[in-house]
Amino acid sequence: MELLKLENINLSFKFPEGEVKVLENISFSINEGEILALLGPSGSGKSTILRIIAGLLKPQEGKVYYKGKELKGINHGVSMVFQNFALFPWLTVLENVEIGLRALGLPQELRREKALKAIDLIGLDGFENAYPKELSGGMKQRVGFARALVMEPDILLLDEPFSALDVLTAENLRNDLIELWIEKKIPTKAMILVTHSIEEAVYIADRVILLRKDPGRIIKEINIDIPHWRDKKSKEFLDLVDMIYGILTGKPVEKIAFKEKRHLFIPQAGVGAITGLIEVVNDKEGPVDIYKLGEELLMDIEDLLPIVEASEILGLAEVKEGDFYLTNAGKKFAEADVLERKELFKELAIEKVPFLKQIVRILQSKSNHKASRTFFLDLLKQHLSAQEAEKQLDVLIDWGRYAEIFEYDDNKDEIYLPEVPLAEVKNE
Amino acid sequence: MKRIIWSPITYRKFSVGDILILLFIGSIIYALSSLNTFYTKPSNPLFFDLSISKLPLYSIYSLIRMIIAYFISFIFTLIYGYTAAYNKNLEKILIPLLDILQSIPVLSFLPPVFMAVLTLFPGSRLGLEITSIILIFTGQVWNMVFSFYHSLISIPKELRETSQIIGLNPWLRFWHLELPYSAIGLLWNSMMSIAGGWFFLMACEMFTITNQEFVLPGLGSYLAFASLKGDLNKIIIGLLTLIIIIILIDQLIWRPLTSWAQKFKMEFTESEDSYNSIVLLWYRRSQILNFFGQKILYPLRENINQYFVERYKRVKISVSNSQWSRIWNKVIIFIILALLIRGVIGLGTLIFNLPLNIWQRVLISAIITLLRVVVAVIIGLSWTLPIGIKIGMNPKLAKVFQPIVQILASIPATALFPILLIFLINISGGLNIASILLMLLGTQWYLLFNIIAGAISIPKDLIEVSSLMGIKGWEKWKTLILPCIFPYLVTGGITAMGGAFNASIVSEYIIYNNKVIKTIGLGALITESSSTGNNSLLAASTLTMALMVVLINRLFWKRLFKLSEEKFSQIGG
Repeated sequence: MELLKLENINLSFKFPEGEVKVLENISFSINEGEILALLGPSGSGKSTILRIIAGLLKPQEGKVYYKGKELKGINHGVSMVFQNFALFPWLTVLENVEIGLRALGLPQELRREKALKAIDLIGLDGFENAYPKELSGGMKQRVGFARALVMEPDILLLDEPFSALDVLTAENLRNDLIELWIEKKIPTKAMILVTHSIEEAVYIADRVILLRKDPGRIIKEINIDIPHWRDKKSKEFLDLVDMIYGILTGKPVEKIAFKEKRHLFIPQAGVGAITGLIEVVNDKEGPVDIYKLGEELLMDIEDLLPIVEASEILGLAEVKEGDFYLTNAGKKFAEADVLERKELFKELAIEKVPFLKQIVRILQSKSNHKASRTFFLDLLKQHLSAQEAEKQLDVLIDWGRYAEIFEYDDNKDEIYLPEVPLAEVKNE
Repeated sequence: MKRIIWSPITYRKFSVGDILILLFIGSIIYALSSLNTFYTKPSNPLFFDLSISKLPLYSIYSLIRMIIAYFISFIFTLIYGYTAAYNKNLEKILIPLLDILQSIPVLSFLPPVFMAVLTLFPGSRLGLEITSIILIFTGQVWNMVFSFYHSLISIPKELRETSQIIGLNPWLRFWHLELPYSAIGLLWNSMMSIAGGWFFLMACEMFTITNQEFVLPGLGSYLAFASLKGDLNKIIIGLLTLIIIIILIDQLIWRPLTSWAQKFKMEFTESEDSYNSIVLLWYRRSQILNFFGQKILYPLRENINQYFVERYKRVKISVSNSQWSRIWNKVIIFIILALLIRGVIGLGTLIFNLPLNIWQRVLISAIITLLRVVVAVIIGLSWTLPIGIKIGMNPKLAKVFQPIVQILASIPATALFPILLIFLINISGGLNIASILLMLLGTQWYLLFNIIAGAISIPKDLIEVSSLMGIKGWEKWKTLILPCIFPYLVTGGITAMGGAFNASIVSEYIIYNNKVIKTIGLGALITESSSTGNNSLLAASTLTMALMVVLINRLFWKRLFKLSEEKFSQIGG
């Protein structure tokens, strides 16, 4: 049975600098007995979708139907668990769990009974009278779960509930949640999980909706037909993770489109991160699975991805079907000393990043070899939003400074050429 | 087998806390019952009994006035703060208005309040009491409003979302989210407000209006009358009483409250430093409080909660609610605008009647007062800066000195003032020096507190690095200390300067030993015009002062503040 349906949701936020589209044509539905995961990089609007379902946000276009009726105002059939717990620090565990029942106007004995039951269920007994600050992160999130479950919601909304916890605690809590679900210890009819961990989505959900950012939109829906409990090391599990990874990173599906514009703008990756990645991979000798690499470095895919992309753009590495290879240049880079590295980086950067070359040309054309930050920002803004332009320029400056292509004065916000002119660029 | 656990708490029938509470209630009943004897005496307003035996009673009267004024301030704070935080339209009027109201000195409120109260309660003593209470109220309410408004708009987004999803109605939301979140800020500001109340108590309990003097029985009027008579012994005795009361309030009310309010900190890990209070333990063991809490407060709260749950359920069904609230909104905006326009017109007619030479006098006075204020702040800085840094950077010193400084700071400088005068009165320009000293006494603490707080916040690793690199003397001040404490310094400066302007009204014009002693200054103009009933002059000088304070804040302090945020923010950017 269809519990909830989103129909053509469009949402944009208005800022003084202009309008930013956050969600574009989001439509999907959730059935009873289903765990749905919304998976995508930050900025793909997955948490925003959750807030629309909860009735906290109203989209400019589109409708939400809950049990066939159009949703107006707060959705009383849902409860939410937040990434950073959102507990009331001045209330004890019991009071935190009870507060929603109080809002319903239940008498005290009934409130207490239900709250204690929820606390027992989630494994918090003994901590009823503790304050949140006395608890560890995992226990705090258990309070978050108890508070949501005590309301006996039809749909449980989970906004990255495990991402503020350490690996073991998160694993533990995930399994407890799945146990409650498959053994039907809770009356919840459906769950929607927002996450940016592919593995987490594949481990928990029955269906995964993949989102892309700027603006947030659905790119694919994938059913996961493996029964619980799922083996994370099994082939079908790993294949699914790899496939989803391929779709999210736009390879190979959108490889060609990506290639054409790829040097125009560079991903958000500092030189230090790129160097570090190349060194790590070089030590491994041979191709490395990107997903595993992320796990090993304890990095989220969405943080790792820009660094991978940057290495690719610079020609230090190549990515084939989720595996990361160093090119010859990459190997040379990894083994070089500091000065040689800078030289190599300079060569590659000027060759592969047109905008860096453009900056140098502009600086050379000026008699004082100087130009203000705002000047370059304005140039970038022809293609990018104000915020993106800022970020882009920051990365460009980081790269340029490292390679000693130009220098930057933070106080005056000026980019200028070092004393010795760059012969090789001049001749071009 | 069941074990019987002997519990000391049930065994103890009566705790120290109970005795304290009974003493408090008893003294208030006693004071109220004997209030009549004061007012049935012949209504010669200048009669005042200075005998020491009356002092406890006077103190209780002053205390009751302060409590009532504080209570009104609290209610006002909630309403004003709530409206400003949740009504985007009204916010645009209310917040700048607050800036202006805050910079108006207490005595400028006297004539309008007096007139209004007098028309409501003609010729009655109750009217006098109400006037005095409202004066105290105007002296303490504004910073509380600011604090509450600020807390409300900075409540974390997830907590707001949580309370929406859980379905907290506005009543529950207030008790479980908004009030707890603003509790600590409100508490600190209440302490500051009450301290400010003591500062102006003399002016609020004995005042002259249209050349008629009014005295209310109280500690402030005791001090005021003693200085009017030039009776140094009585001044000192009154002052001692005042200090005892302030210490008692600190120990019996503020300390337990701050200790209790720890639980409202927005922190999720336990912090090491905590405020302990033995008195809080006494109260917790108090039979009276427990009875009151369990048998009266708890059922009452449950019933009220139930009422609101039912009410808001019904509201949800009826759609007309939003329409009503919209009309209600418009009505409020209309009333406020009407009041504002009425006030502006009233002020305008008062001011435009003033001849030019009076304006000249106002301006010259303003400049002289400004000079005094600047001198006072500079003197204040010159001693608080080195000492505050010393205390703040040394945790051991801080532990010893902070309570001492707190008590010193809460002694109202106005009470010390007459004693100061005795020494300075015969020197030429004595009042000039004295009034700068009074401003200094009243405001240096804001500087000191903020500098200590700033020094405590200097990151330990930065201190270590500088000592490793051998940075000493001026170099250390320039590279380490000043940049770190700059934002705190600016905050302290704003408060100190505002306070000094306010203090000018009690320091530039005084009656001592039956003589009027005054010096040129804006404060003197305000006090004089308020007591002689020259409303145009009062309006002009008040407006000048408000304008000056707001302008200095906007043009000087706010810019410094912005600079400090950009340049010296420790989070780097």
